[in-house]
Amino acid sequence: MSSTIYEPVRTPPPALGNSTASAPRAAKVLSGAGGASQSGIWVGIFAITMSFAAFTSALFVRQGSATDWTHIALPPILYGNTLALLLSSATLHMARRKLAAVPSTEPHAVRMGLGWLMATLALGFVFVAGQFEAWRQLAAQGLYLATNPNSSFYYVLTAMHGLHLLAGIVALALGMGRIVASRAAFRKSTFEATVTYWHFMGVLWLYLLLVLRTKL
Amino acid sequence: MEETSAQRAHAHAPPEGFLRKYVFSLDHKVIGKQYYALGLLAVCMGMALSWLMRFHLVWPTTRIPGLELISKAGAPGGIITPEYYLSLLTMHGTLMVFFVLTNAPFAAFGNFFLPIQIGAEDMAFPRFNMMSFWATLVAFLVLILAFVIPDGPPISGWTSYAPLSAVGKDAGPGMGWGMNLWAISIAIFCIGSLLGALNFIATTLDLRAKGMTLMRMPICTWAWFITSCIALLAFAVLLPACILLILDRTAGTSFFIPSGLVVSDRLQPHSGGSPLLWQHLFWFFGHPEVYIAILPSMGIVSHILINSMRKPLLSARVIIYSMMSIGFLSWMVWGHHMFVSGMNPFSSLLFSFPTLTITIPATIMTLIWLGSLYGANIRINAASLFALGFISMFVSGGVSGFFLAQPSIDIVLHATYFVVGHFHMVMGVASIFGVFAGTYFWFGKMTGRMMNETLGQLHFWLTFIGTYCIFMPFHYLGLVGNVRRYSAFVNDYTGPLLPLHKFITIAALGTGAAQLVFIFNLIYSRYKGAPAPENPWSGTTLEWSIPSPPPWNNFGGKHPVIYHDPYQYDVKGSKGDFIMQDSPEPSAG
Repeated sequence: MSSTIYEPVRTPPPALGNSTASAPRAAKVLSGAGGASQSGIWVGIFAITMSFAAFTSALFVRQGSATDWTHIALPPILYGNTLALLLSSATLHMARRKLAAVPSTEPHAVRMGLGWLMATLALGFVFVAGQFEAWRQLAAQGLYLATNPNSSFYYVLTAMHGLHLLAGIVALALGMGRIVASRAAFRKSTFEATVTYWHFMGVLWLYLLLVLRTKL
Repeated sequence: MEETSAQRAHAHAPPEGFLRKYVFSLDHKVIGKQYYALGLLAVCMGMALSWLMRFHLVWPTTRIPGLELISKAGAPGGIITPEYYLSLLTMHGTLMVFFVLTNAPFAAFGNFFLPIQIGAEDMAFPRFNMMSFWATLVAFLVLILAFVIPDGPPISGWTSYAPLSAVGKDAGPGMGWGMNLWAISIAIFCIGSLLGALNFIATTLDLRAKGMTLMRMPICTWAWFITSCIALLAFAVLLPACILLILDRTAGTSFFIPSGLVVSDRLQPHSGGSPLLWQHLFWFFGHPEVYIAILPSMGIVSHILINSMRKPLLSARVIIYSMMSIGFLSWMVWGHHMFVSGMNPFSSLLFSFPTLTITIPATIMTLIWLGSLYGANIRINAASLFALGFISMFVSGGVSGFFLAQPSIDIVLHATYFVVGHFHMVMGVASIFGVFAGTYFWFGKMTGRMMNETLGQLHFWLTFIGTYCIFMPFHYLGLVGNVRRYSAFVNDYTGPLLPLHKFITIAALGTGAAQLVFIFNLIYSRYKGAPAPENPWSGTTLEWSIPSPPPWNNFGGKHPVIYHDPYQYDVKGSKGDFIMQDSPEPSAG
């Protein structure tokens, strides 16, 4: 029994009673800036990464066993969409810097921050609209969801990414609404989590673009 | 003053109104009870289905009165058709694996006790928590809808192997809309489970009370935490698999359906898909799912055994590390479900090795439990009996895993009752024993009233003996070559095995009936049981430091401070034989 970690703590605890070994850890937990929102979003990002790993693994396996694998030319508009999404990450970064001190920020900085947020949302919409246009162009070539395995994976991967991005747009819009309504209602930790999520959407898209470009 | 994490956790106000209190509750304790109730409903349905199957297996021509009312096509004149037998099999497996073994030990008890045991007022994201339960409930309703639609439930088994699961109604009764409902239900279930797992992880990482270091968390909290890490990754893979399956079924894609497939004399209009892809994706989820079912019970049982023995385990830290290694290894072994799938035999070897490796942490855990029990003056009650029963079931069911992990033996045994006996004991019954142990142990805390101890012990002995009578003979049947998934045994080869099947059926009916003792005890004790004191078992962890049942904010607005490791029993020099985690009393004189 002597080796158990649950053996009685030998020294009587000082002040708070923490053993010295555990005190710094406890302090770290209590001072975490983003707290649960940051952990939550990273855990969520982990799960989404796993889902897309599953989708793309399915693509590799399906390609490996396929006799019907063809090639589709990606609509060039995808590269414009990519640019819009990367720019939106930059504008969101600017918005975050301007809004860093809310609620004590001066009104001018808040207005600037809101402006950058608007730009981010607009670029987000440009991306979604561009993805939709890419679908239309493919359809115009006679490539639909079930036409061949390449087009199936194209539609599935872009649709899944698009759905996740729409969730990000909703979260950003809600955050913006809160600042407009009252600066006290602004939940900074939620906003920070949304920012992390948005950047991740960009990274995820770059990965998907690479897969689409090299495999389809 | 800076707000602490624990203070930040009160993400919602005191609940007001019936709907907010009991239906759309944000309170993790109410959500835990909702999960428990759903698990209870699902287990009753799943058990009833197994009764029907067992009855039909041994008396295939005997009419079951009233069954034709449930399915005219599936049971004309009250006699189950072979196809309907498979429908029952599918629904039994799906209900039990998803809605019982995932819900009860993990979501139900985890929701109720994880925040309390780490000193938090609620989960990190109470709204997500509510959504995860409601998603699970919707998934349940969508699944059982398959019973009432004309198509009936699918006949694909709970694993829904492609390509037959992907081609639609040509594959047989229930494979049209029944199968669609199955896939939609499981996809929704995945979303609910993902939200739940996310909540468990964020809560454990961020909402621990002052002084609650990771290593000061009780073993069951660790088990729920590790389980949620597994669930997060497992359901994140099953969800894409279900989406691809739904697309194959409804949108004409060919992810899982190969070229030239003829089903029911019809050439399927698909090309080039890979049926093995489904098996890979499914079992990449499916094997970790086994640990999602069993790890929480391991944690609950360790927690209860320590309390009943009044002394710490030989090494709680090694138990935690073993659970982590089981969780880690669970990602490398999915192919051992596919030894007979036509996969490359070299892959089989590759999957066999980590599978056998899992027996090492599992054996270490068992030895720690047994070694700690050696010479212990254990308190015998319903909770500790079920905890001991868990170890018995886990060992008996686990040993057959040694055999099945080896491809050459598995090829012979794979399609037989040997496998049925193995997984029912090690994953089903063992996990359920953990749930029973947890129920007898924590019922007082959850409801404010104690369960009846005499009925509890009677329930244990009937269940313990009954389950051995049911599942032990399965191993023998498998060894002599009795195939599984057949709806009747009437030929010259399987005919002589019928007496043993009859014995199993009678044992199953009897053991099922014995569960009425438990249900009665639950309902009776809920209203007429003795009032539960704050700490009926002289426990040391935080759930025993608050009233039974706990107030809506758990600690009544106070913020507990943790001074000790979780299991301070048998402490020399202290006033009692235990010290609570939040007691400032020095541990040793």
